[in-house]
Amino acid sequence: MSDATQQAMPPKAKQGLFQQLELDVRLLGMIGAFALLCIGFSIFTDGRFISPRNLFNLTIQTVSVAIMATGMVFVIVTRNIDLSVGGLLAVCSALMAMTQTELMPHVLGLGFNHPMTWAIAIVVGLAAGTLIGGVQGWLVGYQGIPAFIVTLGGFLIWRNLGWLATDGQTIAPLDGNFLNLGGVNGTMGEAWSWTIGIVAAAVALWAIWSARRARIRHGFPAKPIWAEVTVMALVAGSILGFVWVLNSYHIPSRRLQRMFEARGEVMPEGLEVGYGLPISVLILIAVAIVMTLIARRTRLGRYIFATGGNPDAAELSGINTRLLTVKVFAIMGFLCGLSAVVASARLASHTNDIGTLDELRVIAAAVIGGTALSGGAGTIYGAILGALVMQSLQSGMAMVGVDAPLQNVVVGSVLVAAVWIDIQYRKRLGTS
Amino acid sequence: MQTAKELRASDQPPLVALNNISIAFGGIKAVDDVSVDLYPGEVVGLLGHNGAGKSTLIKVLSGAYQKDAGEILINGKPVEIHNPRDARANNIETIYQTLALADNLDAASNLFLGRELVTPFGLVDDSAMEAECRKIMGRLNPNFQKFSEPVSALSGGQRQSVAIARAVYFNARILIMDEPTAALGPHETQMVADLIHQLKAQGIGIFLIDHDVHAVMELCDRASVMKNGKLVGTVDIADVTDDDLLSMIILGKTPGSAEEAPS
Ligand SMILES: Nc1ncnc2c1ncn2[C@@H]1O[C@H](COP(=O)(O)OP(=O)(O)OP(=O)(O)O)[C@@H](O)[C@H]1O
Ligand SMILES: [Mg+2]
Repeated sequence: MSDATQQAMPPKAKQGLFQQLELDVRLLGMIGAFALLCIGFSIFTDGRFISPRNLFNLTIQTVSVAIMATGMVFVIVTRNIDLSVGGLLAVCSALMAMTQTELMPHVLGLGFNHPMTWAIAIVVGLAAGTLIGGVQGWLVGYQGIPAFIVTLGGFLIWRNLGWLATDGQTIAPLDGNFLNLGGVNGTMGEAWSWTIGIVAAAVALWAIWSARRARIRHGFPAKPIWAEVTVMALVAGSILGFVWVLNSYHIPSRRLQRMFEARGEVMPEGLEVGYGLPISVLILIAVAIVMTLIARRTRLGRYIFATGGNPDAAELSGINTRLLTVKVFAIMGFLCGLSAVVASARLASHTNDIGTLDELRVIAAAVIGGTALSGGAGTIYGAILGALVMQSLQSGMAMVGVDAPLQNVVVGSVLVAAVWIDIQYRKRLGTS
Repeated sequence: MQTAKELRASDQPPLVALNNISIAFGGIKAVDDVSVDLYPGEVVGLLGHNGAGKSTLIKVLSGAYQKDAGEILINGKPVEIHNPRDARANNIETIYQTLALADNLDAASNLFLGRELVTPFGLVDDSAMEAECRKIMGRLNPNFQKFSEPVSALSGGQRQSVAIARAVYFNARILIMDEPTAALGPHETQMVADLIHQLKAQGIGIFLIDHDVHAVMELCDRASVMKNGKLVGTVDIADVTDDDLLSMIILGKTPGSAEEAPS
């Protein structure tokens, strides 16, 4: 793989199984950690932890932090940090909630649940996030204030500006269409989920195969065909397995009945309907694809990694690293706005404490996912998996009945341990 | 084609002229009223002690530093070079003493950093860049094989060849080499010498910073010596001996036979 952002380049000398498969060791490590958590918690919960219902909930709880974690990868890769993402999420959520309950129905006189409300609210949230992020990036890039300070200030400023704007009130109910973006209220159903899953698997297989063909066409070394096929099978299997799990969580029959009644129909006897893919998960997948594309296939991404690796070299190569900082923070802000959509829709309200401590979760997800705090290294999929591992740990402990203070002790320890493991791993690879 | 010497004798303007350049860092005059020039197909050596101001002077030309005073002429026309992009736009390429590579990226990504090849969709084309990288490295350093590793995994000499490839690939007209052989063994040093001869024959003008007086005697047409930020003088290599150059560097005085330093 001629992949510049790939850090876990196994030494070519000893060709073990994983080397031949060219699978990222870190990726395997995280999948292993996730599997261990699943097994461990399942034993203590009589299998409830890996019930479709819990896996479904785990998925929709992970989305908001995972979306922001992808942006945090870029921030940390460029040797910066963003401590303001939770506050930014809160102010975006406040502005969107006010758009839905004040601006559209009263100021513009369009009433509640107007068909345009959800879209306008989202535009407001995304624009606010991007703008605030851009301003923070400008302070860091052009004014030279350390990101730590700018976003520590932002940590206090943004949440409390949201508080002032909403007079500290919890805002509910939100627009009906908007709630579809939160998770359980908006899912694709079984048929669509299978369709999306199959198309996604096909596209993934095609992408792997054409990348292989391109390498062969250029005469570069490619991995053995059995290894390629194994990787393809694993990828397709994971995608379809994920859809299968989400489809296996069936809508409770009481709720299903109400849905039929709402449409004035009678529910057939013994009908079972799976939830399928939540729209919020589709949003996360779209974010993951776009961010990965940016990281690996665009100039912007190349410059982000180059700047993280050696800021002076980037500057001397003609890269405008100041503007780059603005862009990176603006992307982070945009993603905070998007997370605010998912988070407030999932909770069906805006509260002042929405997204509290998310800055820690997001940074932890990125770092556990292999983003180096020294800059220059990190992957999008790693951050998403990191978010999933963190969330499983937390909800698993809650299910098992671990006391809240002890939960925090564990999460904190895991963060430190993960960074330590990462440092040891990099030492052994010989990359700093 | 005229030789550099004939060009200098004619009234053609030089390829580059740095006139009365000054730059200070917090009161310390790193470069003080220095003028040097360069003709097509000519190699001009820049000599001087550590800290004499050689790197600082050429960084004004490569856009890394902003001059405090003086002017830069290219083909007789004044140009403004505010950043490395301006320098590249004027076909000025630089091999920095510090090599200036992004350690976490592979050789091809470094070779094309800031000037990536893109597909019709505007996405970076890694395969095409790796192919080009393999081509030029095949010419410059046939032993080089580590194309998919980040350059942090390369030896000093391998990193140097990546930096050289980057300067040579983009058809520079003006090439700045700041101690290009510092990390190289004798064999690789000879390859760089051959490369300099080749590039010279193509009419490229080269500023070469090197501490090795013998190498300068062998490769350069002229040499400019700096001391404490000031220009000691510029001499024709044909007119001087190794010892003359050494005494210029150490004593800061021009030998009688050389042309007078502009003061
Ligand atoms: N960015 C900077 N900030 C402050 N001082 C600097 C900076 N760059 C160079 N200097 C100072 O300017 C002077 C000239 O440095 P320069 O790097 O040009 O020397 P040099 O001739 O290239 O030496 P060497 O042979 O060791 O590479 C030195 O005194 C150095 O300390
Ligand atoms: Mg120097």
